[in-house]
Amino acid sequence: MVDLALTTKGSARPGRAWALLVDIASRPSGAIGLTLVSLQLLLALFSPYLAPYDYKATDSTAMLVDPSAAHWLGTDHLGRDILSRTLQGGREALLVTGIATPVAVLWGGLLGIFFGLAGGRVDEVLMRVVDAFLCLPWILKMLVLIVTFGTGVEVLIPTLAFFYGIPVIRIARAATHDVVALDFVSAARARGHSRLSIMRRELLPNVLDVLMVEGAMRWSWMLLAFSSLSFLGFGVSPPTPDWGLMIADARSYMSFSPWGVLAPVLALSSLIIGINLTADALAKALGIDRAQKAPV
Amino acid sequence: MFRMFLRRLGLGLATIAIVSVIIFVGIEVLPGDACTAFLEREAKGKLLENCRAGLGLDRPAAERYVSWAIAALQGDFGVSANGQERIADLVGARLGNSLLLAFCALALGVPLAVLLGVIAGLWRDRPLDLVVSTGAILAMTIPEFVSATLLILVFSVWLGWLPGIVLTPADAPLWDFFPEILLPVIVLAMVMTAHILRMVRTSMIEVLSSDYVQMATLKGVPYWTMVFRHALPNALLPAINVVALTIAWLLGGVVVVEVVFNYPGLGRMMVDSISDRDLPVVQAIAIILAAVYVGVNLSADLLSMVANPRLRTAHARR
Repeated sequence: MVDLALTTKGSARPGRAWALLVDIASRPSGAIGLTLVSLQLLLALFSPYLAPYDYKATDSTAMLVDPSAAHWLGTDHLGRDILSRTLQGGREALLVTGIATPVAVLWGGLLGIFFGLAGGRVDEVLMRVVDAFLCLPWILKMLVLIVTFGTGVEVLIPTLAFFYGIPVIRIARAATHDVVALDFVSAARARGHSRLSIMRRELLPNVLDVLMVEGAMRWSWMLLAFSSLSFLGFGVSPPTPDWGLMIADARSYMSFSPWGVLAPVLALSSLIIGINLTADALAKALGIDRAQKAPV
Repeated sequence: MFRMFLRRLGLGLATIAIVSVIIFVGIEVLPGDACTAFLEREAKGKLLENCRAGLGLDRPAAERYVSWAIAALQGDFGVSANGQERIADLVGARLGNSLLLAFCALALGVPLAVLLGVIAGLWRDRPLDLVVSTGAILAMTIPEFVSATLLILVFSVWLGWLPGIVLTPADAPLWDFFPEILLPVIVLAMVMTAHILRMVRTSMIEVLSSDYVQMATLKGVPYWTMVFRHALPNALLPAINVVALTIAWLLGGVVVVEVVFNYPGLGRMMVDSISDRDLPVVQAIAIILAAVYVGVNLSADLLSMVANPRLRTAHARR
C-alpha cells in the first residue's frame, strides 16, 4: 500500500480515481454494489417525478388494501400509496448521511493525522478521550442529544458527523503511525517543511486509502443508525416518508398487510447491502483487510 | 506480562473515569435537569428551587460529581428522578435480563461462527465459501430492526412457531423468558456470527498459507490433523478480540432489538429513561455499559496474552 502511494504521489488525481472505479466495477461484489448504490441515488433524485401518488395523500376509502392496478404495492393504514412512499423513503436518509459522512471522515481524519504526526502528551490524552467515547453505545450518545435538541435534519447531521468522526480519529492516527517513521517523512522534515505541509503532501496521500474504506463503512453504519433512530421514533418526523419509520408504522398491520413492511425492508436492505459490497470491493482493490473491523 | 496487564488495567480504569466525567459534563451542559423533567410545566420559581435543594442540585457541579462518584463506586447510583426508586435495584434486574440475552446469543453465535469461519476458510472462494461469506455480509449489514421484523413476520405471524413479543415482566425469574427469548437471541446471534466468522475465515486463510502449516503438510501430517492440531488454534487467536468487541456491542447495541421485542433489558430501560429525561438513570446505565466494555476488552487482552506468548512483550502494545 505504501509502495503504491509512493510511486503515485498525490493519489487524489482523477486518473487514479477512474482506475480505482474501474477496478471496483470489475469485481463481482463491486459491480453489484455500485449498481445498487447508483440506482438508489438516481431514485432519490428523481423519485418525486416517478411516484404515482403524493406521498402524504391519504385515502380513507382504500386503507391497507392489497396490491392492485391502482396501488401496485397496496396502501398503508392511512390509505397512502406504499409504492410512492417507498420510492421516496430514502431521500432524507441519503441527504443526512450523504452530508454527515464526508464531514465525519474529514474532521476525524485530519485530527487523527495531526495527532499521529505530533504525538506526545496531548496525543495520549486525546486517545483516552476517544476511547472513552467509544465505550458508550452509539445510540445512547445520539439519543441524549436528539432528545434535548429535537429530531430535525439540522440536529441529525451534526450529531452523526460528530460521533461518527470520533472512531475515524483513531483509524487515521494508526494509519499515520505506519508511515510517519518512514524515510520520506524524515526527509521532508529535514528539508524544513512545516507540519501542515508534511500532513498535506506526505501523510494525506498515504492515509487516503484507509480513509476511503473507512468512509464507505461509516456511511453504511450511519445509514443503519439513521434508520434505526427513525424506527424508534427519534429520526424523521411524519408525514415525511422514511423507510425506518414506515417499517415501524406498518409492523402493527403486518399480519394481514405485509407489503407495508416488505417494501421498505427491501429498499433499505438493498441500499445498505449495496454500500457494503462496494466498500468490500474498494477495500480489496486498495489491499486493505476489512474483516478485522469490529462493529463499534 | 503481569506488568503489562497492570498497565492495561490502569488505562481501562482511566477510561472509565473519563467516561464518567464526559457523561457528567454532558448532562450538566445540556439544558434541563432532573427537576425540570420531574416537575415538567410547573418547573419554575419556588417549586423548582425546593426540588433542586431537595436533590442537592444547588451545590456546585464539581462537588456533586465527587459525591456521586464516591457513591457510585460503592454501587449506589442514587434514586431515579421520576419514580424516586433506588437506581441500583431498578438497573440490577434489567442488567440480569440483558446478560441472559447476551449469554444465549453468545452460546449460539460463537460456536456457529467458528464452524462456518473454518469451513469458509478451508474452502476459500469455492461455492460453499461464497454462500457463507455472502450470508455473513447480509447478516451484518441489514439493520437489526429489519431482520427482527422479518423474523417475526415469518416465524411468528406466518408460521406461528415462536412468540414474536416478550410479555414476561422484568423481575420474573430468568427461565420464564423461554421461549420468548428465542427470536431476539437469533437476531443478535446472526450479527455476531457474521462479524466473528469473517475474522475466523481471514485468519484461517492466513494460517493455512503459513510456512509451518506447509511444513506439516509436506511432512505428511494427515489433512484434518493439520487443520485441527496445527492451524485452528492459531487461527482462533485473533478472534478473541473480535468476540470481546461483539460482547460489548451486545450489551449496548441491543437497544433496538430489545425495543422491537419488548424485552425488559437494560437497553430498553435506557431508551425509556432518555425519553423521560431521567438523567440519574441514564448516568448509571452509561457508566455500567462503559465498565462492561472496558472489562470485556481487558479480559480479552488477558486471554490473548495467556494464549499467545508473542503478545507478552512490550512491543506488542497496540
